[in-house]
Amino acid sequence: MPAKTYVQSIINGEHVDFLCEPRQSLLEVLRDVVGLTGTKEGCNDGNCGACTVEFDGRIVTSCLVLGVEAEGKEITTIEGVAEGSTLHPLQQSFLENAALQCGICTPGFIVAAKSLLEQNPDPSEHEIRFWLANNLCRCTGYDKIIRAVQDAAVKMQEA
Amino acid sequence: MTQTLDYEPNMVLANQTYNVVGTRPIRHDGADKVTGRALYGADFDTAGLLHGHILRSPHAHARIKSIDTSAAEALPGVLAVVTNADFASDSDAMVDLGEGATSLKWLRDNVLASDKVLYKGHAIAGVAASNPHVAEEAVQLIDVQYEVLPPVVTVEEAMADGAPILHDDLKTEELGEQTDNVSNIAQHFQHQKGDTSAGFAEADVVVEREYRNKTVHQGYIEPHNATALWNTDGRLHIWCSTQGAFTVRDAMAQLLEMPVSQIRVIPMEIGGGFGGKIPVYLEPVAALLSRKTGQAVKILMSRADVFEASGPTCGSWSRVKIGAKSDGTITAAEVELACEAGAYPGSPVGAGAMCALAAYDIENGTVDGYDVVVNKPKTAAYRAPGAPNAAFAVEQAVDELADELGMDPIELRLKNAAKEGTRRVDGPTFNRVGLVETLEAMRDHPHYSAPLGENQGRGIAVGFWFNIGFDSAVNLAVNADGTVSLTEGSTDIGGSRASIAMQAAEVLGIAAEDIRPTVVDTDSIGYTAVTGGSRTTFATGWAAYEAAQSVKQQMIERAATIWEVDADSVEMEDGVIQSKSDPELSITFQDLAGQLGSTGGGITGTASVNPTGVGGSFAGNIVDIEVDPETGKTDVVRFTAFQDVGKAIHPSYVEGQMQGGSVQGIGWALNEEYYMNVDGGMDNSTLLDYRMPTSLDLPMIDTVIVEVANPGHPFGVRGVGEANIVPPTPAVANALRDAVGTRLYETPMNSVAITSALGHNGG
Repeated sequence: MPAKTYVQSIINGEHVDFLCEPRQSLLEVLRDVVGLTGTKEGCNDGNCGACTVEFDGRIVTSCLVLGVEAEGKEITTIEGVAEGSTLHPLQQSFLENAALQCGICTPGFIVAAKSLLEQNPDPSEHEIRFWLANNLCRCTGYDKIIRAVQDAAVKMQEA
Repeated sequence: MTQTLDYEPNMVLANQTYNVVGTRPIRHDGADKVTGRALYGADFDTAGLLHGHILRSPHAHARIKSIDTSAAEALPGVLAVVTNADFASDSDAMVDLGEGATSLKWLRDNVLASDKVLYKGHAIAGVAASNPHVAEEAVQLIDVQYEVLPPVVTVEEAMADGAPILHDDLKTEELGEQTDNVSNIAQHFQHQKGDTSAGFAEADVVVEREYRNKTVHQGYIEPHNATALWNTDGRLHIWCSTQGAFTVRDAMAQLLEMPVSQIRVIPMEIGGGFGGKIPVYLEPVAALLSRKTGQAVKILMSRADVFEASGPTCGSWSRVKIGAKSDGTITAAEVELACEAGAYPGSPVGAGAMCALAAYDIENGTVDGYDVVVNKPKTAAYRAPGAPNAAFAVEQAVDELADELGMDPIELRLKNAAKEGTRRVDGPTFNRVGLVETLEAMRDHPHYSAPLGENQGRGIAVGFWFNIGFDSAVNLAVNADGTVSLTEGSTDIGGSRASIAMQAAEVLGIAAEDIRPTVVDTDSIGYTAVTGGSRTTFATGWAAYEAAQSVKQQMIERAATIWEVDADSVEMEDGVIQSKSDPELSITFQDLAGQLGSTGGGITGTASVNPTGVGGSFAGNIVDIEVDPETGKTDVVRFTAFQDVGKAIHPSYVEGQMQGGSVQGIGWALNEEYYMNVDGGMDNSTLLDYRMPTSLDLPMIDTVIVEVANPGHPFGVRGVGEANIVPPTPAVANALRDAVGTRLYETPMNSVAITSALGHNGG
């Protein structure tokens, strides 16, 4: 069994220290070590986007980041998107627009879309489709997801 | 009478309105699913949890000469290794677990191979260890000696004379007779109506073509998972993502030869299935490992495992011959459909053959079906299994017929459309169906007459799928605050908690939000069949309707008791219980709920149903594509999905079914395939190389919900989950013909196929 490394990071605004094996991905650490199972594994090779998290201000597929790389980093997962008991406008919009069916891809989509709207508050349909092209959804055909992001963008600009 | 509909992206052509049914409340499980709190199978954890890993075959076809697990067992951290021998059973009895009769030996061998491996990825052994990485290392220490055999990976190869044989004991069933012919053809059957020779003799135009479909996968984003705990009291507990908790219980009872009551299946949230999460793969291995270790064991599939070892749907070969008079009357049709079963018999050919000509009222028809084993994973259901393969062929042939006749393709289909009273070629007679209304909505939609741009083409197609009944159970309990708790056994794969709760709410006259639906384990509810066959909103919704009727009647009786009047003089409307004659006697559902404890006790309603009034569903598409003439790159630029849904309980989730099925069909048409190498292995078992549609590949998917009530359901519901995947592949093919003047007879119709059909290589 390889020796574990002591890692200090900030996850969803809280200081989180953990021990991880060098071979463990950030996805594995989040799910199995820290206990944040909202981040999902769909492929473990960076192609489905279900494990998308924010990592020092940019979105990454956490299956392609090693746990030890989290040293000193700020990470936001789906568990950190709502503010207390208030849903983020994207979360509310996904509900109102029926933008999820099975829901397994939803955390990744919401984290990715949140990052988009922070950088581009008024994206075109094409810009939304381009930004979310690394997040696969097999249930919805994307239509209602795109509409939910458009809807949230409008509401966030009005707010 | 043609009339153009005003364009809206999502239209509902409603026939009847209700208070709750037909509205769009927020789903009950929504908050958990947008915050990451919902627990899916892989999220399950428990004290002392061990991690399993599966050894899989590197060969597509080989005899297993020996398995030596000793080095794996000796690795520190490894607690147990299991193989097929751990099943301790050699029964080859035939059993039916909801997907047709199959042999117990084949079921066991698909979970853990015994004498042969029949596809790359075939499971051979399972290891349990304290750490998942140790389990993964340990499987590499298992020494398996193989005698490698030549593989067959298409039905044409497998059916050829002298083909390598997968099963030495598989003898062909030919037109209902068991023969002695050992072959890869498990079964050949035929449906027949009228006299096709006479029908073709009457035809002025005949089209005959062959078609091929590659194997494709459901592509759910959540890989298979299972955790098992074989407890010290002998009871087996299974946590997994499944479309049918009771189906898993049945399968485990058969495989492990134990009573169903000794098994408890706890369905976790499920991350997509589309038919592929009905069979068991990991559950029996986890159970055997748990029995050996006394600990809970969790096993997860990798994405490559999902592609290579869980059931895709069939590749196929088909031939269609269809003839019509010059006025467009179809006089005869012949279909041959050969479908891959994968490693063990049981392809979707039966359903595909039943759907092949279902859209047409044809006097003379034959459909031949062939169930063929090949060296690929055993196929599983995938959304209308078999029907897209048949439709890819038939709907292209009908389009060619329209071309030859100089008729509009929708008018040709309308002229020959199946309707109430039409007897299908496979025997049954349709009750009320909505194909004509669906085709009329297509004809009248502004999309159908919109101008096309350069290099663009438009295609249409229709398709049919069934709706099954089977068992469903629902329990309702009235809470003191006027809400109602609903427990059900149907795993919620796409919003069915909402659509089932809404039917109870409609009966009780309360808000959808005042029903609290929970999906419970197999110890806690009556037998409920799979979430599949487009049955859940139909059949479990029916159980909710019946249970709510029981609650309603008891609430009426309780009010009558309190008021000391006859129950027949009391009614319940819109959530208010009132006397029919005395306006003074009136109480809301909520107020009466608060008094139940002091007036005789709580009220519960329960129903177990097996409804027979099923309503099949027709779907249609209009699709515009644009083809780059140099590279063959094809973009879907406009897509409108039409479907007769009977009654949309929650229209947003019905639209979601239509959009999702359409996009799976687009992927099937343009990109998706199992790309097989010469050794019979899949070369593209990642989501990079198995190219499912992304958001960037697609336009908005417009929908038109057509409501032709199913007379067999209290709210007119038809199954809506599946028919929508049937028309896209031929609709795209027909659009391609319109865009580039050439037809493709094989999926996927990707850039390579298009450029080679256009006579250049794209370079």
